[in-house]
Amino acid sequence: MTGWARAGAGLSAPGVLFALLGCGALLVPFMTLAANRIVAGEGVMVWSLDGRAGALAVIAGLALGLPLRPAWLRLIGAMLGLAGLLWLLVQGAPGLLDGAGEYARVSPAAGFWCLLVVLMLLMADALAQMSPGAAMRGVLLLAVGGALALILGSGALSDLSVMQEHAARRDAFMREAVRHLGLAFGSLAAAALIGFPLGVLCHRRPELRGTVLPVLSFLQTIPSLAMFGLMIPLLGWVGDAVPGAQAIGIAGIGFAPAFLALVLYSLLPVVGNTVAGLAATPPAALEAARGMGMTAGQRLIRVELPLGLPVILTGLRIVLVQNIGLAVIAGLIGGGGFGTFVFQGLNQTATDLILLGALPTVALALSAAIAMDILVDLTRRTPRDSR
Amino acid sequence: MIEIDSITKVYNGEKAVDSVSMTAETGTITVIVGTSGSGKTTLLRMINRLEEPSSGEVRINGDSTADVKPHILRRRIGYAIQGHGLFPHHTVARNIAAVPELLDWPKDKIRERVDELLDLFSMEPDQFRGRYPAELSGGQAQRVGVARALASRPDLLLMDEPFGALDPIIRTRAQEDLRRIQRRLGSTIMLVTHDMEEAIRLGDRVAVMDAGRLVQHASPAEIIANPATEFVADMVGNVERPLRLLSLIPLSEIVEDGAAEGEALPADASLRDALSACLWTGREAVPVVQDGSAVGCATLAAIRARAEAHR
Repeated sequence: MTGWARAGAGLSAPGVLFALLGCGALLVPFMTLAANRIVAGEGVMVWSLDGRAGALAVIAGLALGLPLRPAWLRLIGAMLGLAGLLWLLVQGAPGLLDGAGEYARVSPAAGFWCLLVVLMLLMADALAQMSPGAAMRGVLLLAVGGALALILGSGALSDLSVMQEHAARRDAFMREAVRHLGLAFGSLAAAALIGFPLGVLCHRRPELRGTVLPVLSFLQTIPSLAMFGLMIPLLGWVGDAVPGAQAIGIAGIGFAPAFLALVLYSLLPVVGNTVAGLAATPPAALEAARGMGMTAGQRLIRVELPLGLPVILTGLRIVLVQNIGLAVIAGLIGGGGFGTFVFQGLNQTATDLILLGALPTVALALSAAIAMDILVDLTRRTPRDSR
Repeated sequence: MIEIDSITKVYNGEKAVDSVSMTAETGTITVIVGTSGSGKTTLLRMINRLEEPSSGEVRINGDSTADVKPHILRRRIGYAIQGHGLFPHHTVARNIAAVPELLDWPKDKIRERVDELLDLFSMEPDQFRGRYPAELSGGQAQRVGVARALASRPDLLLMDEPFGALDPIIRTRAQEDLRRIQRRLGSTIMLVTHDMEEAIRLGDRVAVMDAGRLVQHASPAEIIANPATEFVADMVGNVERPLRLLSLIPLSEIVEDGAAEGEALPADASLRDALSACLWTGREAVPVVQDGSAVGCATLAAIRARAEAHR
C-alpha cells in the first residue's frame, strides 16, 4: 500500500495521461495510402510500416515522460518521441508508395496527429516545469523553428502528399506566405497606429471611452465571414466612387477589404488593453508624479506607459495571433494568404491541399504567441509585483 | 517665508477652505492638523496648485505662486504623500533623481545628490541605490519618498499625512528622522496630519483647521495651554493636556543641583519621560546627565511646578 503510494508520488499525473493517450494512439492507423489525391485512403497501422524502430522511440519517449522529475529527462523523452514520429514518416512513406501506382499518395493519419499532439503536450508540460527564462525560451523557439526548416528543406518528407502539393505550388506558396504575413503584421501595425493614440485619448477622456469602446466591441461581435462579406459592397463602392482609389488597389475583393476587416477586428484589443494598461498605474504614483511637476506628457511617457506596457503588448499579442488565424478567411474574398490553399482544397476535396494552408498558419500563430509572450515578459522589468 | 493670504476654495457652492491666512517662517515646520473634511489637505494642495484657489494668493519668498506655470512651480516644491507614491518600475536611485532629472541636472551631480540623501536617511547607498520599491520595507519606502521630495533642495516641502501608512513604532522613528533632517538642512516644511500627537511632536507651529477655517495658529505649548476653541481643546484631548505639555519641555530647564538614586536620564529627555521614570520606579527624583557627566537631578516637585505654571 505504502509502496504504491510512494511509486504514485514519483509519477507525473499528466505524464501518465500522455502515456495512456499515446499508447491508445498507436493502435489507430498511423498513415493512409490513397490511389490519388482526391479519394479517401486506406489506413496503415504503425506495425506494418518500415522504420518500426520509430515506434519504439515513441514508446520510450512516453515512458521517459512518466516520472515527475527530472524535468529535463521528460523534455528529452518528448524530443525522442518526436524524432520517432519523424523517423516513421521518413521510412514509412517510400515503403508504402513502392509499387502503389503513379498517382498514389501517402499522408499522416489520425494516429500520427494524435501522437504529435500528445508529445507536444508532454514537451510543453516539461518546459513549464523547468520554467525557462525569456532568453532560454527565445533560443528554444529558434532551435525548434530551425530544426523544422532543416527537416522540410532536406527533402526527407517529400514523399508525403502535403509536400507533393507544396512541390506543385512552390512559387504560389512563397507568394501566399508573404501575403499572409503582410495581412497579419500589416493589419497589426495599422491597428497599433490607430488604436494606440485612440487608447491614450480614451484614457484621458472618460466620456470618449464611453462611446468608443462599445462601438469597437460591437465590431468585434460581427462574425468574420459577415464582416468580409460587408466589405465587398462597401469597398467596391469606394473603389468606383473615389477617383484613384482603384489605382491603389481599393476594390470590393482582394487585399484591401481583407486588410480593412482585420484592422477593424484588431481595434478593440489594442484600444481596450491600452486603456486598461494606462489605468493600472498606482494612483499614489500618479499623484506623486503630478505633485513633483511632471507635465501630462511626461507622466504618460515616464510613468503610465512603462507601467502599462505589459498589458498593452498583451493586446498586440491577442491581435497578432487572432489575425494570423483570421487571415485564412481572406482567401475567400481573394485577399490571398494561406487561406487560398484551404479554400482551393475544400473545393477540390483535396485534404492535403487544405493542410498545406492550415499547417503553416498553425505554426505561425503558435510561434507568434510564444515570441510575443517573451516580449511581454521582457517588459515586466520590476523584480516583484508592486503594490 | 511662505505667506498664505486669505485663500479660499469653493466646491459646488460649499467653502472647503474659507479665507485662511497664515505665515510660515523659513526653516520651520508648520503642522496643519484637523479632522477629515476640515479642508487641511485642500489647503496644502493649493500651495503647489494641485488645486487652484477660488480666491486668495500664496507667496513663496515674496513671489506669487500664480505667476508661474503649475508644473514649473511644483518642481520647486517638494511633495511627499501617504503611501509614498514611489514609481514601482524605477530603482530607488531613479526615484530620488526624478525631480533633478526634470530640472536637467548633470548626471554626476544627480548621482552625488542621490548618495548624499541615502546617507542622510541612514540607507547604505551601495545597498539601496539599485533596489526597486517592492524590495523595500514600508519604513524604507517612506524614507525614499521623503528623500525624493527633498532631492532638488526645494524652497518648501509639503507633506500630506506622510506617516499615515506606517505602524506606530516605525512612525515614531520616521518623525524623529524628519525632525533631525529638517534641523540639519534648515528646510521649510508644511505637513498635514489628523494626529495631534504628531503635530505637537513635530511642529514649530501648529495650525488647527475646523470646517474650512483656521481656528488657531500657535506654538504647540500655546495650543495645549490655551486652546482657542472647544474644538481645539477636544483635539488636544483635555485629559492628556498636562502630559502633552510636559512632553514639550526638556529636563535641562528644571535640572537642579543635587544627587538622586537609580538610572539617569539625558538632559534633552522630556519632563514626561522623567515623570514616567519617577512613577514607575517609586523615586522622588531622577539623576540627569549631559554628555556622559552628571549635571544634577530633576525632582517630582519641580515637574509638578512646571505643569501648574500655565495657570
